[in-house]
Amino acid sequence: MGDLLQRPRVAVHKFSSCDGCQLAFLNLGEDLLSFSQQLDIIFFAEAGMMDTAQDIDIAFVEGSISTAKDAQRIRNIREHSHYLITIGACATAGGLQALRNIAKTDDWVQAIYTNPEHIDTLDKASPIREHVAVDFELWGCPINKQQLIGLINNLSLGALPFEETDKLCMQCKRQQQACVMVTKGSPCMGPLTRTGCGALCPSFGRDCYACYGPAENINGEALARRFEGIGLLPEQIHNRFHAIYSNEAAFQISPIGNKKS
Amino acid sequence: MSFRGFLLRDHFDTLLTALHKLGAHCVGPTVMDDSIHYTTLTSSTQLPQQVHDHQGPGHYRLSTSTESRWFAWANGAQALKPLVFVPQEILWRSERDSEGNLQFSNSKQEPPLTAVIGVRACDLAALALQDQHFLDGLEQDSAYARRRQQLILIAVNCTHPSANCFCHSSGDGPEVKQDYDLLLDELDDGFAVRSASPMGEKICQQLQLEALTNSQQDEIKHANLRAIEQQTKHLPEGNLEQALKNLQGSGRWQQIAERCLSCGNCTAVCPSCFCHSQHDEPAANSMSSAHIRQWDSCFSHGHSYIHGMVIHNETRFRYRQWLTHKFSGWFEQYGRSGCVGCGRCITWCPVGIDVTEELHALAEEYDNV
Repeated sequence: MGDLLQRPRVAVHKFSSCDGCQLAFLNLGEDLLSFSQQLDIIFFAEAGMMDTAQDIDIAFVEGSISTAKDAQRIRNIREHSHYLITIGACATAGGLQALRNIAKTDDWVQAIYTNPEHIDTLDKASPIREHVAVDFELWGCPINKQQLIGLINNLSLGALPFEETDKLCMQCKRQQQACVMVTKGSPCMGPLTRTGCGALCPSFGRDCYACYGPAENINGEALARRFEGIGLLPEQIHNRFHAIYSNEAAFQISPIGNKKS
Repeated sequence: MSFRGFLLRDHFDTLLTALHKLGAHCVGPTVMDDSIHYTTLTSSTQLPQQVHDHQGPGHYRLSTSTESRWFAWANGAQALKPLVFVPQEILWRSERDSEGNLQFSNSKQEPPLTAVIGVRACDLAALALQDQHFLDGLEQDSAYARRRQQLILIAVNCTHPSANCFCHSSGDGPEVKQDYDLLLDELDDGFAVRSASPMGEKICQQLQLEALTNSQQDEIKHANLRAIEQQTKHLPEGNLEQALKNLQGSGRWQQIAERCLSCGNCTAVCPSCFCHSQHDEPAANSMSSAHIRQWDSCFSHGHSYIHGMVIHNETRFRYRQWLTHKFSGWFEQYGRSGCVGCGRCITWCPVGIDVTEELHALAEEYDNV
């Protein structure tokens, strides 16, 4: 990082995902008009731009890699992009679809599809960083517009983007929410989850389900023991940890979370 | 201070009226999100009616009682801290002018005169510590100072300490002794009133006060003694300041780290913790930026990030930093411990780590070395 980007050329790519993170661009509202004067959007299928041949300054990538074709396509994108930024849980960590990594591919393909011979898939759904070098990762399911604004501005000015790694609890307490685990015994994932959402769920009195992924320096074992203490069964604890980020080592905790068992 | 008189419960709203007449915005306890929460108060009907709190390590529940009192609980997660050292604020803004030069402007908001009703002795002790930190240094913190001078402090003596309270042991309560404008003692029919400032006097003059009887005064004395007796937690005897300095290599830190989530809840609810971080939030058009200060914690990685490395890269170092600073380092900096015995860090720790238990274990280890 460090180069000042004059009118950066931007692409937004999609792999296995729900399109929700791309919507963060379209949800920028007035700021989208402002960005459209500062950037050239070269490729953004959801918004209609489809020029694949050009070199790109900032490539945003949504979705995880699920097929051999995907794996080839992300390598091509990397070759044509100065910065490659993942947006959201799928591209950054495998996402919900990585839950299939826990099962055997043949088993679920046979069990689900009437014509399994049409299914052409890799054995796992994997994050972008397992295939090509990634310059920066935006966590979240989905990401929000504030993350995008901060990132694009910092990159345009040649500065490192600001990375949120603190626990959700920090933001929750800044907003003066009462802890739902302490007042209600709710199994809140906040103490393991990175902030960035504005402690949205606790602000409505419900427990965090970790949609922004693992924070730094977390202690999953201690939280799992606490969940046990407030009455959760091992399978319920397992499900709390294995929702969106089942593929992240930080959430694969023993004894309840070993995905290979 | 001597008693100014007795305010009947039915006349409590005349206190709010008096404060509103002075132009003050009233803040007081209400039941919100299953806990006692301080918010804007316009009527005594918002006060907790027939409510008790039950606190334990990592545990807070409210229950209803038949008692007619409004302050029959210990505390909630907040103290005075969020009103003076606010959790998130814009310190200044920068803007690029038409010639491309940066212009800086202070973000000076004039805070309203704010009367806080229901302040406890522990809260006042913590406020005095925050004053020391933000006001008594070489440079005053102007954002803090502006809010601080607009506070009217209406204390209510604590008669229902929680199972996590140890303010008697820390020397900060439960009886309010100083630094208030008005002090109330709650009895069944109403409130005994004391005043300790010109502002307090001004408010008293607006109140319809009855004479206080001797038996009421006795009841107040007994309530305070009972509040002391009810406190079961206490700090270890002996020189904690020295003990903690000598225990930096203790194995206890790792034992705590196996339970600790490093989530920072203890520091956020601690009424004396003052750490903060700053960052900039640029607007989408790259033409302006806001410089933001927000609560930080010695449990975050940014707290010990210095020149390419995080010094406290493991939880045991972060917890050690917190405990050692609070109970040892503060003596050197501020002449006393940083703990006022409110017990919030015990209640609001999601995994229920009890600071008094850890201090006893460490003190014992020091005695045995």
